[in-house]
Amino acid sequence: MLKVDLAVIGGGPAGLAAALEARKNGIENILIIEREKELGGILQQCIHNGFGLHYFGEELTGPEYAERFVEQVKKEGIAYKTSTMVLDIRPDRTITAVNSTDGLIKISAACIILAMGCRERTRGTLNIPGDRPAGIFTAGTAQRFVNMEGYMPGKKVVILGSGDIGLIMARRLTLEGAEVKMVCELLPYSGGLTRNIVQCLEDYNIPLRLSHTVVKIHGKDRLKGVTVAKVDSNRQPIKGTEEYVECDTLLLSVGLIPENELSRGAGIQIDPVTSGPVVDERMATSVEGIFACGNVVHVHDLVDNVTMESITAGRNAAKYILSCKDTRSVGRSIKTVPGHGVRYIVPQRISDLENIEELKLFFRTNDVYRNALVVVHFGQKTLYSAKRQKLAPGEMETVKLKSEALAELVCDTSCDELKVDIEL
Amino acid sequence: MEERIITCIVCPMGCRLNVEAENDKIGNISGNRCSRGKTYAAEECTAPKRMLTTTVRVSGGIHPFLPVKTERAIPKGLIRQCMEEIRSVQVSAPVKAGDIIVKNICGTGVDIIATRSIPCQN
Ligand SMILES: Cc1cc2nc3c(=O)[nH]c(=O)nc-3n(C[C@H](O)[C@H](O)[C@H](O)COP(=O)(O)OP(=O)(O)OC[C@H]3O[C@@H](n4cnc5c(N)ncnc54)[C@H](O)[C@@H]3O)c2cc1C
Ligand code: SF4
Repeated sequence: MLKVDLAVIGGGPAGLAAALEARKNGIENILIIEREKELGGILQQCIHNGFGLHYFGEELTGPEYAERFVEQVKKEGIAYKTSTMVLDIRPDRTITAVNSTDGLIKISAACIILAMGCRERTRGTLNIPGDRPAGIFTAGTAQRFVNMEGYMPGKKVVILGSGDIGLIMARRLTLEGAEVKMVCELLPYSGGLTRNIVQCLEDYNIPLRLSHTVVKIHGKDRLKGVTVAKVDSNRQPIKGTEEYVECDTLLLSVGLIPENELSRGAGIQIDPVTSGPVVDERMATSVEGIFACGNVVHVHDLVDNVTMESITAGRNAAKYILSCKDTRSVGRSIKTVPGHGVRYIVPQRISDLENIEELKLFFRTNDVYRNALVVVHFGQKTLYSAKRQKLAPGEMETVKLKSEALAELVCDTSCDELKVDIEL
Repeated sequence: MEERIITCIVCPMGCRLNVEAENDKIGNISGNRCSRGKTYAAEECTAPKRMLTTTVRVSGGIHPFLPVKTERAIPKGLIRQCMEEIRSVQVSAPVKAGDIIVKNICGTGVDIIATRSIPCQN
């Protein structure tokens, strides 16, 4: 059995940043395990720019962002195994992995950081009636085809879902000569970043049909067209609004789901809203010595936030390894509670109150709000209140609590709930 | 003066900017969270520019395609023409991130550069 101090599962930006930070904090024996043939994660296929302005202070493409971290990992001499798939993680932190050179590998780790990222939702989870022809892809799969393997999924394209991947692909396919007929979005607002709507759709006059969905798929062997329809406020198609759109390709950009089969196997508590592990402010999960960061915890829209969160995980994993103090026995803990207008908050709990130096709450709203107040309540007290021009479910929000607010958390032992509300 | 609302696309924050403009003359700009927003708003109203990212074929490398970008933003109107020129380019491995792939694309004075390294297959 291979013995390591820290095993990092997944070599995307989350895993790389976490491993580097653990090394910086004195951990020597680290192993990163990645199932793809190279490190870098999903960033390798995101060839567009827009990464890193907040962390590096310059605008990078996905591969450039990844390369910076990969280079550092190599320079630090941190060990990694690529083309290696982790199959199982036990609560006692033994890991089973497999690759074609070593066969089955058993690893015993003093500490584990989960950084498996997320995967795309597929058509199966949506159940669109109609035929089952070729020509239906998830947007991320199409992105991989076009950007890494160099072939086009089709010529006339309809995109369902206005998440960022769908928007990015609308522009990419247009530039490569396809005709993108429209992007349909079930909701009355887009789930993507505003700048992607401007840069990817408006620049190329691609219509964005809000409150529209695909109700039928046509074609036997290859897709021939789709029927789209307007939906009402209950997201039900409105009779009489159906429209046939000829196309040979349908891209689905209908959301991402954190990849947590391994976490469940390890007995880690999962938040039903985020579909990721419940974590505290140190990114510690409910199982001793297992931390998590990046898209495996909740879907991020900005890789910079992934990096920051992973640095937190790496630092605390190092602390755990060096102190051997159970991550769970930390005395009193406080729950974060999504209040009015808030869909979820990460971290879900705050547990190491003795050692807390700063606290950032990441959250998403459940609707679009304009000129609203973000308020953090702790019992009767208000710890934070600030106005935001616009809040949207597609854009993750951050609240940073100041040290006076943190002092309240520590001192007022009568309360154990921290609530975030959107007030109009 | 006419007021235009545009969305800053310089970074993912996507600030909404209020621009007072009359023909090509830019007046007051507000709503920006940093100074780059001001520069962008003035430019977007007079001479819009965009970064272009795409791929070129690479032979003998660990991947068949190399991601590239314009080193700086280029005039929006020249995007299609640049795509045409880039399409005809082929390079061979090894390539290093930052290598110049096409010099002075379409006379813009901007180079196309590699955005990742691609080592040789063996
Ligand atoms: C299409 C797209 C566009 C984006 N655009 C932007 C943008 O413009 N700006 C921006 O800032 N951010 C953007 N993002 C977000 C950013 O890329 C992600 O948030 C970030 O890559 C997440 O990092 P991660 O390490 O958590 O996950 P990933 O990058 O997905 O990495 C997870 C890694 O874990 C590996 N793995 C999973 N399971 C196993 C296993 N069992 N065994 C071994 N390895 C495993 C995977 O192979 C993968 O390499 C975009 C994301 C996508 C998908
Ligand atoms: S104004 Fe500054 S912070 Fe706002 S989107 Fe533009 S570059 Fe980003």
